[in-house]
Amino acid sequence: MSVIGVVFQFAIGLIFGLGLLISGMSDPAKVLNFLDLAGIGSGSWDPSLGFVMAGAVAVTSAGFAWVLRRPRPLLGERFHLPAGRELDLRIIAGPAIFGVGWGLAGFCPGPALTALGFGSPAAVIFVAAMLAGMLFARWLAGRPALSRIATPAD
Amino acid sequence: MITTTFTPIASLVGGALIGLSAVMLMALTGRIAGISGIAVRLFPPYQDSEFTGRLAFVAGLIAAPVVVLAATGRLPVQTIEASGGILVLAGFLVGFGSVWGNGCTSGHGVCGLSRLSARSIVATLTFMTTGIATVFVARHLG
Repeated sequence: MSVIGVVFQFAIGLIFGLGLLISGMSDPAKVLNFLDLAGIGSGSWDPSLGFVMAGAVAVTSAGFAWVLRRPRPLLGERFHLPAGRELDLRIIAGPAIFGVGWGLAGFCPGPALTALGFGSPAAVIFVAAMLAGMLFARWLAGRPALSRIATPAD
Repeated sequence: MITTTFTPIASLVGGALIGLSAVMLMALTGRIAGISGIAVRLFPPYQDSEFTGRLAFVAGLIAAPVVVLAATGRLPVQTIEASGGILVLAGFLVGFGSVWGNGCTSGHGVCGLSRLSARSIVATLTFMTTGIATVFVARHLG
């Protein structure tokens, strides 16, 4: 990867982080108030996250349709799109477990990494545990008994 | 529980920026902007030679609050209610589940839904459901 490519990826990560901050997705309290549907009745429900998803999906679907018509990315040989099609147990079990953790603290991986920039000790604890969970899942998926059913990571 | 304010415009604009970032990453590197996939691939064994680019992306994510602080003089609002053991448990489950299911809110929720991937639609509906159920149990049955 060229120097200019690395600089661009820093800028792209920065834009992602600014998006998380401006949207409010980086605030676990907002995330939990979105997930708390009982708040619809009591008036504490915060529907903001639905607007984050709407804005992100609108731009991404239009942008991907345009970008993926090109023969290749600007700095790569080809587009790496997930090839998996099958709806196996992992595509249910993984997100189910992820959702429980998301609902417990209000952090998913992007906002948690961005929270490191706040200098918050809670974010450091969360990210350390998150990385441990990620590496454990990758190790478990690579074991011979499971690698047979594992979907190629991409 | 902390009360938060409904911010439709800021959330829509911020969401659009997240989308812009995902489109730019695809245009530049041909890769999905899935934060869990990017994070786990920072650790060996490496399957490609894009470590530096991924590190730069994550550095940009972490730099965002610092840039906001420099530009506006204050940090955005962030309230973390969880602490101690709950943070550790939640972090581990988020990390494990996102790698086990090949994606998280960004890879499945943003990029996958935008590609109308059946796997991502199932994944997103599943984590929304268990996230909602977890908050319900923690807040109203605890």
